[in-house]
Amino acid sequence: MDLENQQRVKDLTEKHGAENVVVILGAAEAEASGLAAETVTAGDPTFAGPLAGVQLGLRVYHAVEPEFKGEVNEEVFDDQIGMMEMVLDVDSIIDEMKSIRSEHGKFND
Amino acid sequence: MSYAVAKAAGYVLVHTPDMILHNGTTQTVEKRSNPNSEYLKQLPNHLRSYEEVVSYPPNQVYIGSMKPEELQNYEMPWYDKKVEGGKREGKLGEIMPQDEFIGLMKISDVFDLVKLNTSFTNMVKEKLSKHPLITEQMIAKLKEGEEMNDINKYINEQDAEPIYNNGDVVGCVKRAHEVDVNLNAHVIFENLVVKASGVLSFIHLINKNNIDPESIDYVIECSEEACGDMNQRGGGNFAKAIAELGGAINATGSDTRGFCAAPTHALIQAAALVKSGVYENVVIVAGGATAKLGMNGKDHVKKEIPVLEDVLGGFAVLVSKNDGESPILRTDLVGRHTVGTGSSPQAVITSLITAPLDKGELKITDVDKYSVEMQNPDVTKPAGAGDVPESNYKMIAALGVKRKELERKDVATFGKEHGMPGWAPTQGHIPSGVPYVGHAIESFRNNEIQRAMIVGKGSLFLGRMTNLFDGVSILMEKNTGNEKVQTEGVSEQEVKSMVAEAMRDFASHLLGK
Repeated sequence: MDLENQQRVKDLTEKHGAENVVVILGAAEAEASGLAAETVTAGDPTFAGPLAGVQLGLRVYHAVEPEFKGEVNEEVFDDQIGMMEMVLDVDSIIDEMKSIRSEHGKFND
Repeated sequence: MSYAVAKAAGYVLVHTPDMILHNGTTQTVEKRSNPNSEYLKQLPNHLRSYEEVVSYPPNQVYIGSMKPEELQNYEMPWYDKKVEGGKREGKLGEIMPQDEFIGLMKISDVFDLVKLNTSFTNMVKEKLSKHPLITEQMIAKLKEGEEMNDINKYINEQDAEPIYNNGDVVGCVKRAHEVDVNLNAHVIFENLVVKASGVLSFIHLINKNNIDPESIDYVIECSEEACGDMNQRGGGNFAKAIAELGGAINATGSDTRGFCAAPTHALIQAAALVKSGVYENVVIVAGGATAKLGMNGKDHVKKEIPVLEDVLGGFAVLVSKNDGESPILRTDLVGRHTVGTGSSPQAVITSLITAPLDKGELKITDVDKYSVEMQNPDVTKPAGAGDVPESNYKMIAALGVKRKELERKDVATFGKEHGMPGWAPTQGHIPSGVPYVGHAIESFRNNEIQRAMIVGKGSLFLGRMTNLFDGVSILMEKNTGNEKVQTEGVSEQEVKSMVAEAMRDFASHLLGK
């Protein structure tokens, strides 16, 4: 996750509290999704950004996960994400996201 | 008025191993920030020889010796595969070695800023005199060479940029002004590389297709560098500079910029200028970028593979009035990513692919080949950027599924039938749609395809003036020969007689006959 986005996540979490923040990812494959998810839960694995060593444990989902899909208007989802849902390897993204959440998430709801 | 045609194309690569180390930004930044890094120590062990670069399958495709589809016969990765008997010369161009190209930089320099030492000059003079497209007049511009003492003085005391060959300093590019950052030695070096590789592409286009350079009316240069001084950083004009050295004495020109999308913008502009009758023959041309050499070198070294971004790319395409044979450029079926399009992949693919198809009442599958961002996946996959053409084909197919033109199972196979494996070097503007134009012209002539779409996309946000990116596309179509431009058109006499007849008809109505 780039340094600017790490700072944004950190600032928003300080302002609103970790329990009130959800991070939605749009990365193109599982490995990149996992790295970003790890950054906002266990801290920046590259130890380069503002979240290095900061364990926010935030709720984090990828835009193709059912948890997110179920929360948004079906038509809007179809318009914005429907096509990429066919292109991306959705199953491996879901597996990766689940494993990061169960390992590092503080809000397992 | 009849459509313009894509008449001919030229493509060149230049193998530049020393420029990776000394001019590629990944390396120059590393030298500044971490001069003793392991990467810089390892890098020289990962450079390919000229022979390896020539026999590399994607490079043979770029210069037209192999069709893009033939890459499917080589299992990936390709860096350890060879085209047996692969040659320097291809149907569409050549792969030039670094020493000859340094000579060509000197030939392209009209301000006496490139200084080459005497022994290098003699060596390169002999090599270039055997080059079929380099004229005696061009060779004479190499002059006699300079003393090494003088060259060292320019480098050590006057901020000249050294020119290396096989690890040795063989010359330098001098700064063109003492304080102007836009004319410093680094910028002049980059710009002369653009000019020289643009010229090489231009002369291949002209010579391989028996085109009279004097018949060219206009040149559009569409690379990603800018030439100018401190009062007009991107003043221009690479196009006219290239036309001058290419002998196009009746041409003027201008530079078109749009990041990687610029070549497709230029193709549309050229087609429009010809279709409207402003000009009859327009060449679009671009040289290569030293900055991008070894851009993903760190990943390549880490994965213990050769540094594959070791070539500069260049191309030139001639757009002419309808000859009844060459593929037509459907300027009425153009795709545009507009300011209001939005950034979701769906919106982008709709604007570039299906919007023009809808206008022409065509389906996604009516286009035989889509030429998208044709980056070589051998370069991008080890760097974690995936297979760019393949992702594009999947997105086009997925949109087709949403439009009920394709089945969901077709998403994985669409690219094989309507696309090609990527073969172009990651030189920004070079892979963007246009590498296929030369191959397409031949495939249209051989009746292998009826329609092709050229798609260019560009990351405008890198310039920090907007968050938007960009893209344009244009459909190429088989020429039916029915709309060949009439050289004479309707004569004045014929118009007069038609008007007279209409007047007579009108008068007879008034008289109630």
